[in-house]
Amino acid sequence: MRALTWAYMAALYAFIFLPVAVLVTFSFQDGRLPVPPLQGVSLRWYETVLSDRNLMAALGNSLLVAVVSSTAALFLGFLAAHALARVRLPGSVLMRGLLIAPMTVSYLIIALGLLTVFNQTGIRLSLWTAGIGHVVINLPLCFAITYAAMGDQQRSAERAARDLGASDWQVLAHVSAPMLAPALAAAFFLSVTFSWDEFIIAFLLTRFDVTLPVEIWSMLRSGLSPATNAIGSLVFLVSVSLVIALELTIFRRAR
Amino acid sequence: MTAAVSIQSLSQRYGTATALDTVSLEIEAGEFIVLLGPSGCGKTTLLNLIGGFAEPTEGRILIGGRDMAGVPPKNRPTTTVFQDYALFPHMTLRDNVAFGLKMRGIAAPARAAKADAMLTLVGLQGRSERRPHELSGGQRQRVALARALAVDPDVLLLDEPLGALDMKLRRQMQDELKAIQAKLGTTFIHVTHDQEEAMAIADRIVLMNAGRIEDAGPPAEVYLRPKTLFTASFMGEVNRIPLTAGQTPLGPLLSGTGTLVIRPEAISTSGPLALGPARLIDLAFFGGYQRARFAPRAAPDLVLTAHLPQATHLDPGTELPLFATSHLLLETDP
Repeated sequence: MRALTWAYMAALYAFIFLPVAVLVTFSFQDGRLPVPPLQGVSLRWYETVLSDRNLMAALGNSLLVAVVSSTAALFLGFLAAHALARVRLPGSVLMRGLLIAPMTVSYLIIALGLLTVFNQTGIRLSLWTAGIGHVVINLPLCFAITYAAMGDQQRSAERAARDLGASDWQVLAHVSAPMLAPALAAAFFLSVTFSWDEFIIAFLLTRFDVTLPVEIWSMLRSGLSPATNAIGSLVFLVSVSLVIALELTIFRRAR
Repeated sequence: MTAAVSIQSLSQRYGTATALDTVSLEIEAGEFIVLLGPSGCGKTTLLNLIGGFAEPTEGRILIGGRDMAGVPPKNRPTTTVFQDYALFPHMTLRDNVAFGLKMRGIAAPARAAKADAMLTLVGLQGRSERRPHELSGGQRQRVALARALAVDPDVLLLDEPLGALDMKLRRQMQDELKAIQAKLGTTFIHVTHDQEEAMAIADRIVLMNAGRIEDAGPPAEVYLRPKTLFTASFMGEVNRIPLTAGQTPLGPLLSGTGTLVIRPEAISTSGPLALGPARLIDLAFFGGYQRARFAPRAAPDLVLTAHLPQATHLDPGTELPLFATSHLLLETDP
């Protein structure tokens, strides 16, 4: 029985990680196709990838879009959460619902909607438009995480700060945000990873400058190559590093 | 610094509920006022209105002669010590205490020096680098006090600041509050529901009930010469004997109509007012006194409570004549 539970666990992890393991393994393929058998270990695909101007530009674009859009989503989400948690407004339940609603809409629909709006208003597609798309999908996330973290402790500390002479912005900067730092950081890093991986919105809302997932997709169109495995492995490495950093800094401290 | 507070016909209504009903009160500069009353009596509402956390429905508040209508908390010459301390957990004690000075644009070295001085005043010298979570409840309350006093407010508002402390610590903090207030001369307005605390610290007690001021005066006056039956029973245990046209259940004691009020410590075996013979029901030891319950022969259902000296030896069932050393005649509640 005990052996069976261990076997189950092993199977579970294999199921989750086998694709990634295969991807990473064949990124070292010393041959032209990323399929078994492994013909030898080589770093030449990494060399190809790292010296590919387009790929590196796309990687830079992805980082830029991820960081800028997450910052915007966090800022807006935090302000909305703070307002709805502190001020009693008519229809605040409805407002909360509307803010979280985009989470339930598929990325494809969001992208199509934005595409129509941009076309109608004559806004040219660029990294900015993709970034706006990422704010749309990440703002509900940032709102939900920071809203859930706001408690009575912050409320009374904010009241005390106001009593001691702080203006609204000073209260936010010196008391609310620092007290919510763990939640804010968690929301930010989750946003960054979502934006970093996102394909459909980035694909539909960019034109000349593209993000990494879009560039990888165009690589795939010319057939399988261990180079795509290599760039995929690099993307995975960045995501894993972010998650580990998050785990070590924020979630550990929160415990 | 210090200032007088003038509260003029202040009312606060929430929908149909009245939290404060035309309250007027003059507080002198440097006075230690305690707002006392049961929960829901309006004392915290009044404190919030003085601090600017709410605007009154009617009436005015003047602090140092200045009308406070529409002035937000941050611009009022008041600061508050909150019941839950409301310290900033991400800051050191020094930064907590210096926060108000920082918001007033005082330079870092000057505010650090002031913060350390305030921490010394409340007995927390040498702990400026600690954080609130490293402190006990009593110490946190001291930090909250130092933080509120650091900006030299004219009026310090204290919202049940000792409510979360244990009895011994509370007595100690009462003495310290009184000493700090005497030293600084700041006007203190302190809210509590504990009448012993009120008597221990107040220059003047303002007793509130159902949104109105029931009674106001120095502790001894409010306790010994209460204006109403509510005040008499809120300030301490009382025996109430109904009096109608000179007749009581114990016989004709004195002339008039109302309620005869006798405190347990005023019942004795000798005194100017004879209450007639009564039978001892039981006796309990309370440390400083013994609490006895008597059933008067004339009205056995009217149980009289008396505080008898520690050394009294009496067996239940013993009958003895009782007297009152002092008494009050108050209007019966409608």
